[in-house]
Amino acid sequence: MTDYVRETHREFLKASRAAVADRGLQQILGRLGDTLGRKNREAWQALPNSDAIRERARSIKDATLADLATHLATLENSVVARGGQVYYADDGAAACQIICQLVKERGFQRVVKSKSMTSEEIHLNAALEQAGIETVETDFGEYIIQVAGHRPSHIVGPALHLSARDVARILSPVAGETLPVEREALAAFARRQLRSKFAAAEVGITGVNFAIAETGSIVLVSNEGNARLTTALPRIHIAVMGIEKVIPRFQDLAWFLKVLARAATGQKLSVYTSIITGPRAAGELDGPDEFHLVILDNGRSKILGSPLRESLFCIRCGACLNACPIYRNVGGHAYGGVYSGPIGAVLTPLYDGLAEHHHLPHASSLCGACQAACPVKIQIPQMLIQLREQLHEETPNDSRGESRAYRLWAAVLRRPWLYRWSSWWATRTVGRWFRRQPWIRRLPAGLAGWTEHRDFPAPAPLRFRDWWRRNSREQP
Amino acid sequence: MSASLPADKNARQSILERIRSRELPPRELPPLFDEGIRYADRWAQFQEVLSSVGGQFLSVADRDGVAATLAKLPVVESSRCRACTVPDLHFGNLDLNAVDDPRDLAGLDLAIFPGQFAVSENGAVWVTDESIRHRAALFIAQHLLLVVRQPDCVDNMHQAYQRLAFGERGYGLFISGPSKTADIEQSLVIGAHGPRSLTVVAVP
Repeated sequence: MTDYVRETHREFLKASRAAVADRGLQQILGRLGDTLGRKNREAWQALPNSDAIRERARSIKDATLADLATHLATLENSVVARGGQVYYADDGAAACQIICQLVKERGFQRVVKSKSMTSEEIHLNAALEQAGIETVETDFGEYIIQVAGHRPSHIVGPALHLSARDVARILSPVAGETLPVEREALAAFARRQLRSKFAAAEVGITGVNFAIAETGSIVLVSNEGNARLTTALPRIHIAVMGIEKVIPRFQDLAWFLKVLARAATGQKLSVYTSIITGPRAAGELDGPDEFHLVILDNGRSKILGSPLRESLFCIRCGACLNACPIYRNVGGHAYGGVYSGPIGAVLTPLYDGLAEHHHLPHASSLCGACQAACPVKIQIPQMLIQLREQLHEETPNDSRGESRAYRLWAAVLRRPWLYRWSSWWATRTVGRWFRRQPWIRRLPAGLAGWTEHRDFPAPAPLRFRDWWRRNSREQP
Repeated sequence: MSASLPADKNARQSILERIRSRELPPRELPPLFDEGIRYADRWAQFQEVLSSVGGQFLSVADRDGVAATLAKLPVVESSRCRACTVPDLHFGNLDLNAVDDPRDLAGLDLAIFPGQFAVSENGAVWVTDESIRHRAALFIAQHLLLVVRQPDCVDNMHQAYQRLAFGERGYGLFISGPSKTADIEQSLVIGAHGPRSLTVVAVP
């Protein structure tokens, strides 16, 4: 296991180094502060009482999670009362199995999807493809990375890492001609291409932005209009949500809609906010024949009882990514998981295992920009510290050299005479060698790991003890 | 309950039990009602927000002038295939009720639908499918024109939710501007999957 742990750690460093050296990517990430990041800041400034509004949204999440089982049961009853079906899934594999079975039982083969982080989390596309079901992502960004075989690099902008030139290169083989490097033309091509997919699909799969317990409605937010096409044309609608997506009352939605679009893209409201309640009812002109809601746990109920429960407040807006100095340097892919950025550094270890992703809680300078940008004020830095503590407790001796060094340090500190002698020795030798440069760039073998990514402070040429003795004698 | 799938059999029980076993201290939900922001001129505010998100706004003063004003709009003049479900307006040359398969709507240039009410705060219009045979028409049409009655404008989302009667209709949505995407290089492109333009007309 230790080797594997080292591996992901190395992969992270390798991916980060590659990202920092990639000039194209650096240009894209450099723009983030001026685009999404700036819009986020301006949106909070332009919203009167924004602090109180975010506080309110947060307190609704907090109260809902405190009584989550009741709200889920209410949601289930409401959905069933409106003619929908509800399923629970312990983990991603179970959720994929339920969804694949729903599609296959009906003899269907073509699925269109709208962007859903939860479906990314459970690797639904791979499961559907393995079951022989054609699956097409319909959000432009998701469609581009699906064709390219990439992972999403940003929670709201999955293709953020690609330039228009990259997109043209990726989509040209699909078009069978060379597409111009022009955003409008590329979007128009994707629009045409996807319209034919919508028309042919039998099943539409979406995520859920909010599920309203009292009405049994799900709320879908999009700018492109693909979420609605996904649920308007196919005859069956399957929605998948984490247990934390439920909100108790219809009116609670007002608060979340106020903060979600502002945090995500700086909009007052996204272009389309659809509220869907069950399948087509008697007397309605249109709507899918069936509505299925899959409710996913995947480790969330475990988090509910821990100090990390605030991570369940997350409404997946991506604001913390845009604000994060680390994300803005290394990009989304370095994080190695579906969720990236500060919230990814919390969620990926929680959902996929802390041991495998032990480096992520350390991939932060704890500057707090994420918390300031968060629409529900999640205390991300505190949670990262919490995870670091947990790591330390769970893997006490993961480096033998480090624990030896600490033991030696403790032995010296316990013996004042030894401390005095060794500090004298250090200033006399190392301190004098490094008289002109206060930092040691590279420690010798055995200790070299420490200086691989940071410098080590050199001992001063003069001990404080000696400095004090000399100076206190000169002053009265 | 409703599920018949093997993977699900025990999951419901075990998930709800796991959640209950956390025994979190109860916390009270904040009160429902909120005043929200108010505007002296609701339509002026609506127009400002709508144009900032790329939509167009038009107000017609007298009832008799509505049809003539609409007929002169470039988006109406240039559209060949039109559907219209607003009573008393006869701009449609495609009867949605006569189309069985929504896939046949691909050639729809302009859809003229009634909006239930407008929201000043964020430039949104609430639309239900009451008069719309195919929900997809809202998204498939190249251009969308929503007609809202002048008294039907609320200040903010809190008032909007109070107006929404749920339990009757299964589907409704807020529309705020034309369809758009910023997925390529974080730059805005108007006209993603849905309509390339949105015009809101307030009528007496």
